[in-house]
Amino acid sequence: MSLPLQDLCRVAPEIVLCAFAMLVMLLAPIVPRARHGILSTISVLGAGIALAATRFPAMYPGAAYSGLFRADAFSLFVHWIVCGAAFLVILGSTSYLQREDLDAGEFCALILLATAGMGIMAGAQELLTAFIGLEMSSIASYILASYKRDAPRSNEAGMKYFLLGSFATAFFLYGIALFFGASGSTRLDMMTPLANDSARTLLKMGLGFIFVGLAFKVAAAPFHLWAPDVYEGAPAPVTALLSTGPKAATFALALRILADVGAASPLWFWALWVAAVLSMFAGNLAALVQTSLKRMLAYSSVAHAGYILVALATAAATDHAEAGIAAALFYLVGYALVQLGAFLIVAQLGGPGERHVEIEDFAGVARRQPAMAACLSLFLLSLLGLPVTVGFLGKFYVFNAALESNLIWLAILLGLNSVIAAYYYLRVIVAMYMLREPEQEIAAEPVPWTLSLVLWIASMGTVYIGLFPARVIGFAAKAALNMR
Amino acid sequence: MVPISYYLALSAVLFGLGVVAFIFKRNIITIFMAIELMLNAVNLAFVAFSRALGQLQGQVFVFFVIVVAAAEAAVGLAIIIVIARNRGTLNVERVDSLKH
Amino acid sequence: MMPAEYFLAHIWMIPLFPLAGAALMLLIGRRLPNRAVSAVCVGSVFLSMCFAFGAIWQLIARPAADRLVSFNLFDWVPAGAMHTNAGNLMDLHVPWGVLMDPLTAVMLLVVTGVGFLIHVYSIGYMGHEGGYYRFFGYMNLFMFSMLTLVLANNLLLLFVGWEGVGLCSYLLIGFYFLRKSASDAGKKAFIVNRIGDAGFLLGLFLMLGTLGTIQFTELGPAITAGHFEFGNGTLTAIALLLFVGATGKSAQLPLYVWLPDAMEGPTPVSALIHAATMVTAGVYMIARTNAVFSMAPRALEVVAVVGCVTSLFAATMGLVQNDIKRVLAYSTVSQLGYMFLACGVGAYTAGVFHLMAHAFFKALLFLGSGSVIHSLSGEQDMRKMGALWTKVPTTARTFVVASIAIAGIPPLAGFFSKDAILGHAFEHSPVLWLLGFITAGMTAFYMFRLVNMTFFGKSRVDHEVEHHIHESPSAMTVPLTILAALSVVGGWVGWPESLGGSDRFAQFLAPVMAQHGEETAAAASSINSMEYLLMALSVAIAAGGIWLAYRLYIQRPEMPEKIAASSGFLYRLLYRKYYMDEIYDAMFVNRTKDLALTLGAFDRNVIDGLGVDGSGWLTRFTSRVSMWWDSWIVDGLVNLAARVVWILSYPVRMLQTGRVSRYALFMLIGVLIFLGYYLRSSGFTLQNLLH
Repeated sequence: MSLPLQDLCRVAPEIVLCAFAMLVMLLAPIVPRARHGILSTISVLGAGIALAATRFPAMYPGAAYSGLFRADAFSLFVHWIVCGAAFLVILGSTSYLQREDLDAGEFCALILLATAGMGIMAGAQELLTAFIGLEMSSIASYILASYKRDAPRSNEAGMKYFLLGSFATAFFLYGIALFFGASGSTRLDMMTPLANDSARTLLKMGLGFIFVGLAFKVAAAPFHLWAPDVYEGAPAPVTALLSTGPKAATFALALRILADVGAASPLWFWALWVAAVLSMFAGNLAALVQTSLKRMLAYSSVAHAGYILVALATAAATDHAEAGIAAALFYLVGYALVQLGAFLIVAQLGGPGERHVEIEDFAGVARRQPAMAACLSLFLLSLLGLPVTVGFLGKFYVFNAALESNLIWLAILLGLNSVIAAYYYLRVIVAMYMLREPEQEIAAEPVPWTLSLVLWIASMGTVYIGLFPARVIGFAAKAALNMR
Repeated sequence: MVPISYYLALSAVLFGLGVVAFIFKRNIITIFMAIELMLNAVNLAFVAFSRALGQLQGQVFVFFVIVVAAAEAAVGLAIIIVIARNRGTLNVERVDSLKH
Repeated sequence: MMPAEYFLAHIWMIPLFPLAGAALMLLIGRRLPNRAVSAVCVGSVFLSMCFAFGAIWQLIARPAADRLVSFNLFDWVPAGAMHTNAGNLMDLHVPWGVLMDPLTAVMLLVVTGVGFLIHVYSIGYMGHEGGYYRFFGYMNLFMFSMLTLVLANNLLLLFVGWEGVGLCSYLLIGFYFLRKSASDAGKKAFIVNRIGDAGFLLGLFLMLGTLGTIQFTELGPAITAGHFEFGNGTLTAIALLLFVGATGKSAQLPLYVWLPDAMEGPTPVSALIHAATMVTAGVYMIARTNAVFSMAPRALEVVAVVGCVTSLFAATMGLVQNDIKRVLAYSTVSQLGYMFLACGVGAYTAGVFHLMAHAFFKALLFLGSGSVIHSLSGEQDMRKMGALWTKVPTTARTFVVASIAIAGIPPLAGFFSKDAILGHAFEHSPVLWLLGFITAGMTAFYMFRLVNMTFFGKSRVDHEVEHHIHESPSAMTVPLTILAALSVVGGWVGWPESLGGSDRFAQFLAPVMAQHGEETAAAASSINSMEYLLMALSVAIAAGGIWLAYRLYIQRPEMPEKIAASSGFLYRLLYRKYYMDEIYDAMFVNRTKDLALTLGAFDRNVIDGLGVDGSGWLTRFTSRVSMWWDSWIVDGLVNLAARVVWILSYPVRMLQTGRVSRYALFMLIGVLIFLGYYLRSSGFTLQNLLH
């Protein structure tokens, strides 16, 4: 048995996040509405401290709470992604909340709680713990998606997310029950030999249902149908969070199951393969014909889930899963940076009420808001996978991992999809730089410094990691090795 | 003693009924009830397994599931109320402005 | 006091000057006066040139066997452990590193030297244009990318430069972005190049997997160590994939279509990017990876045939164009074909030699045409020119020098390089030689058709333009003069042994193409008399082409139209460029557009219908099926691919009805299929579970 103090250290980031969430919620009624900016500040601080608090689990790696939770390089890496995403989203949404006249306290607290849930998923070594983490992040996300109480589209997004999310959760939970029935435990790292054939069948069904729950959460086809609607309807900063943090945490959980449960790899391999291919095509083909930038990015995020699933399929296919896991982790970092930045720009340029999110509204943005146009172009180019951006290297590692595992077809389809995707990403850039501005004047709002800071971080990160990926990929590889 | 397979079959049937109700019912509240039915089917499975395996763990899980379901219910009902207020309908078919 | 070999140790700095210039321009260039812009941008290229020339000097000062400098600046892509196709575990690290050897030296000479001259020229040419800083910023960015490409010591870094020059090409073609044709041409270049790049990347990955390295200096040893037999299938595949990349960038069949349209960019851009440097990157890449190509004779066959056919094909199109820059564009495609022909017959040295010579005279031709266009207030149609010889004397004289050089009249540069290629082609296959030989005649003809229509004969210039005609400023004429001098003497470094020279150029490059140099040396001595005959023949056909152009366009100017009228179909075919653009539009471009339109139509018609009324949908679906059938028969096989994608994308959007229940239904179907598959495969029955 380890000391409880060490156990506390291993969940330090979650403790910090929850403590700050509660603090913000307590302060919210006391602080006058006009000064809600201070709540955002505290929340940003909270996310930052949580990021710093990952130092503790790094110092005391190992299992905590009788093996329910595990602090290792892998969970640390995912913690960085989710805490970093929360940090950037809270910072980037302060001006948005003011503009839309939304309550900052609950918003930030919910983001912090959701992030704590994601952190738990990242470190969970037991399925019910993972379930609690998943629900923490999901329930907070349901509220966030419908956060604009008076906007029917936001309500609708919340409702769809809630109903379909609960539906998928039920499958996930049923899977856990069957898993429990088959193995007599919900611990991932303590699989006992199975008694007989019917237990094996139960385990297979259980893993199948668990896969469904996870695939829903990462918006992988054919379980992606909710994503475009929810991403489009939710407030843009929420979409920024939804399309990054929970995905990273869920992929982390999936990778953990793949690594720990021996039966999962052969069972999941084809499912991952098919889901990857379907997601890539479903996302890219649908994105080709979108007129709304926000919805286009939503479909593109489905396609990117497909790219990451390629890495997962790679991890499931071979004995050398490290390359696939490292590629997935690296891809998640790059994807999170870029996707966050893009949605926050959409939030800003959309104007009050996010009325201007059609692609044609972005015509001439380069003249009105050159810096924003440059950032958005950079992010889109990274999503497209052009060299010197992190997106290129992400795709490169995934592609390489797939080739290495002899998944030639998957690699070819990945390449083909990158080509399809080029069309709709470039369309936006062309609109921004080459088309004339629309007839009715869209006022160029000044960019608040908080958002500028976030965009600076995101774009610098995109280019810096794109040029010098050594440390990130190095750590991802270490995390991947650590899981074995 | 009733064999475990009976419980499991019941659980599967309940779960299936929940799924079917989710898909075919139009009222959002009914759909929500369908989800509760599915979660309770899971609870039944947990308890059945727990008894068959002679472990208490599974019964503890049920409490967790109930708590989470309650939290979901709170949030879900709030969202449903907002929908009802803004749109004046609870027919899920009519809430389809986001599509394609 | 500089330490010994200072420049060689600092070659990595060469691309940095233009990068700094580009960064400065794109950040604060808008606020700078034009004079400061030119000082920074031309100055940065000048510094690069000084460093490059210093490095080349110091490289030549070394003994011939020791002319190789390669070092890594930092670890760029530390990918870690990977398996090669042979199953060995290797530690993959791609460094950011530079390589300097004779081949790099030649490219550096061309890129920085010609690049500098064109930058100087641009000061004059772009002086009256808006977006001055943007132009120079992009040009400097281009120089950075091109120098990165040339100096890279591994294929991945070369690819970075490769993409960078592609980007700059796109930006500069679309420089006049308010003109729709210009932005369309930019897009076309970008998209066509992407097709080639896909091949390049696949080749790169395959090389990495097969040889375990993409460092240029390690390719040869890796092939030796891997015991690949001559003509190994995997190596052939690598070579072919890389060649696909080269056809995109260097405008070879079937991906050449973007280059003629690229003439929408400003003329200095055409000269620098689309004639002298970027488009030769494909040739450079093949010469660089010659270790692989030399092991793949089948791939070399393909390279030679594609190069040869392209050169003939483009030359025929050049015969009838009336836009002065388009003639030069087709000429460029044709000359690039020569370079590939050279590579394809294994004469990499000759290919690189022609690359260098071509850079001199083709840059001169483009700059000269720019000067003509400039003096005629923007007129590009040769039918509205004529008799400019006395009005723009410097331009005209230098232009004629370049034309003689490209036609292949000794002792100008083009003669030596083209002759070297044709000589090697003959050794390889007389058919290839014959095609190249015919092309040489056509080259002489269309170049002198251009010269005659522009500078001689009767003036057909519009009246209001006529009295504005003026010689260009000295910023433009001085580079022209220098390039003219280079076009004359540039070929002398490769004076062949058969004419009493020593072919220093081939000797200089020999270490890079080691295995090959010996073969040709042996072959060359054996067929000496043949060589004289070939030389005489090519000079003769060049002279013939020039004479024919003189007859047709000076002595009997009414003849060409009669010929055009009498051979109507052939003329139209050539004039409309074999309808290649139309064919590509019909086969690929419009199919893609159809796909998007059909998806949209589908959206409105079928998807909305499906949710409401299944039977109505079914009726419409069947009618739609029969409609497809009709149009499928009518439109033929061309539509097939588009239809397949259309059908594939159909479920994607069909599902997105916006209705929660339907989403849940499809999720359930997904679950059932997934579970069904696994339970079936594990022999599951209900009985099995219940007991």
